[in-house]
Amino acid sequence: MSELIYKSAAQLSESLAKKEVSAREVTQAHLDRIAKVDKAVHAFLFVDTEGALAQADQVDAARAKGENLGPLAGVPLALKDILAQEGIPTTCGSKILAGWRPPYSATVVKKLRTAGVVILGKTNMDEFAMGSSTENSAYGTTQNPWDLKRIPGGSGGGSAAALAAFEAPLAIGSDTGGSIRQPAALTGTVGVKPTYGGVSRYGVVAFSSSLDQVGPCARTVLDTALLHEVIAGHDDYDATSINAPTPPVVAAAKRADVKGMKIGVVKELSGDGYESGVSERFEESLEILRSQGATIEMVSCPNFDYGLAAYYLIAPSEASSNLARFDAMRYGLRVGDDGSRSAEEVMSMTRAAGFGREVKRRIILGTYALSAGYYDAYYGSAQKVRTLITQDFAKAFSSVDVLVSPTTPTVAFPIGEKSNDPVAMYLSDVATIPVNLAGVAAMSLPAGLSEGLPVGFQIIAPAMKDDRLYLVGAALERELAAKWGGVLTTKAPKLISAAGA
Amino acid sequence: MSRISNEEVARIAHLARLELSANEIAELAGEMEAILGAVARVQEAAKSDVVPTSHPLALVNVTRPDVVRPSLTPESALSGAPASEENRFRVPQILGEEA
Repeated sequence: MSELIYKSAAQLSESLAKKEVSAREVTQAHLDRIAKVDKAVHAFLFVDTEGALAQADQVDAARAKGENLGPLAGVPLALKDILAQEGIPTTCGSKILAGWRPPYSATVVKKLRTAGVVILGKTNMDEFAMGSSTENSAYGTTQNPWDLKRIPGGSGGGSAAALAAFEAPLAIGSDTGGSIRQPAALTGTVGVKPTYGGVSRYGVVAFSSSLDQVGPCARTVLDTALLHEVIAGHDDYDATSINAPTPPVVAAAKRADVKGMKIGVVKELSGDGYESGVSERFEESLEILRSQGATIEMVSCPNFDYGLAAYYLIAPSEASSNLARFDAMRYGLRVGDDGSRSAEEVMSMTRAAGFGREVKRRIILGTYALSAGYYDAYYGSAQKVRTLITQDFAKAFSSVDVLVSPTTPTVAFPIGEKSNDPVAMYLSDVATIPVNLAGVAAMSLPAGLSEGLPVGFQIIAPAMKDDRLYLVGAALERELAAKWGGVLTTKAPKLISAAGA
Repeated sequence: MSRISNEEVARIAHLARLELSANEIAELAGEMEAILGAVARVQEAAKSDVVPTSHPLALVNVTRPDVVRPSLTPESALSGAPASEENRFRVPQILGEEA
């Protein structure tokens, strides 16, 4: 049954519907794969073996009774540990939440369960989603399945690595500045940051509330669309949820047609700092889209140059406020409560013991940027840049249907290379951040390899035009997969030898 | 860009209710200077006539019908509490001894 792990969600869906295979068999095959390779990859923080098999059995029973099931019923998924799942450990990569089992589930988790998606377990991430490598996880770094000495990207490195290591065909990520797209790029997988408000944030541990968005991850564009359709939609438990129909993402992925589309190349997201292998794969992808009938033109978004700076003021500012809820009173860690210390002392000691270095760094930075005397110069100025970037997007989208760029300036870097240089690490997200600041939608999909490592191609669409990502992404993927003899992950190392490591 | 002193970092850490060691304070003072040096350029772009954006969605006063829905039981609400008694969260003393 080991060949089951190499199938796409769409293929599994078809086999399950035809009863050629059971949800239990599919789930067991992925659990076996996790048992075999996850010591080397470390994509998972928790594997819910019993729960996953029980969910699979429910789907099989429902199918046997002839119930009408959704397309992803019985297909396994890896869940980023930022989403609350009732009764299942949810740490967000932090020691401060070690051992916490949420008493409720995120809306996205409920939607997955309703759709019959089998949740295999929780994936590793940078603590509170702050990072670009998973090196900031309190539970150890995830290794990139393409080269175990390299980072898988972050913060959702666990979800992306689980896909690339064939531990799951589907995964959920969250993207505040690139945490879905950058890991997708570095692992040769597909990831989408939906329009802000397109997917509920209820039950998702808040990092930067005006930027955070949950999204689908998979190995193919169609699988990503199938998952997108399951998790998206209005939720009255989230006051920032858009009350409008979800864009027709699955239909777009199936249509896969760019004829007559206008595609804008963002001038500011290229050149200096972008590796030559990354630029070459990007140019080749543009050529494919041109040959498929799209018009390619250069577009300038001058204020994108300020995006990274604005992000590293806005995100830490919001984080410093959001993370105030970790106060050692209602849930999570409590340190120093010996009867003599005040609540305030216990709070300070607990936060000192429970938060890692990067989280402390961002709390201090955010508190500083919001503090009296500095607010206008830092947070206020960053909010103005946000307006300018939003205007750049509006102007660009008045003349083109989508924008494109490389997802990241470089391929996956070695573990440890940037962990002591926060500013260098922050540069990994330079091309993904403007999207979050404006709340528009974006996808990363594989464009090929550079020196044996995956390169990502980013597509950006206006708010609530998420379907355009899939139209372009699927068209490009079809041509590239024909050239490669399958999607890029079929070229990934099989990790058989790694199992013994 | 003026230098960020250790005292300034300590003051900010107190505002954030985050206990830091002397080493951590010194290290963060240096890092803050590097990071703020890199992000201060937002001031070049932020002209006075630009309206700030706090959020990508211009939604206001989002409400839902005020109907009773099931909520957590006291047991499950307290299930993750570091300490509880008599169906309540137990917290360390909030007022000083003299109170």
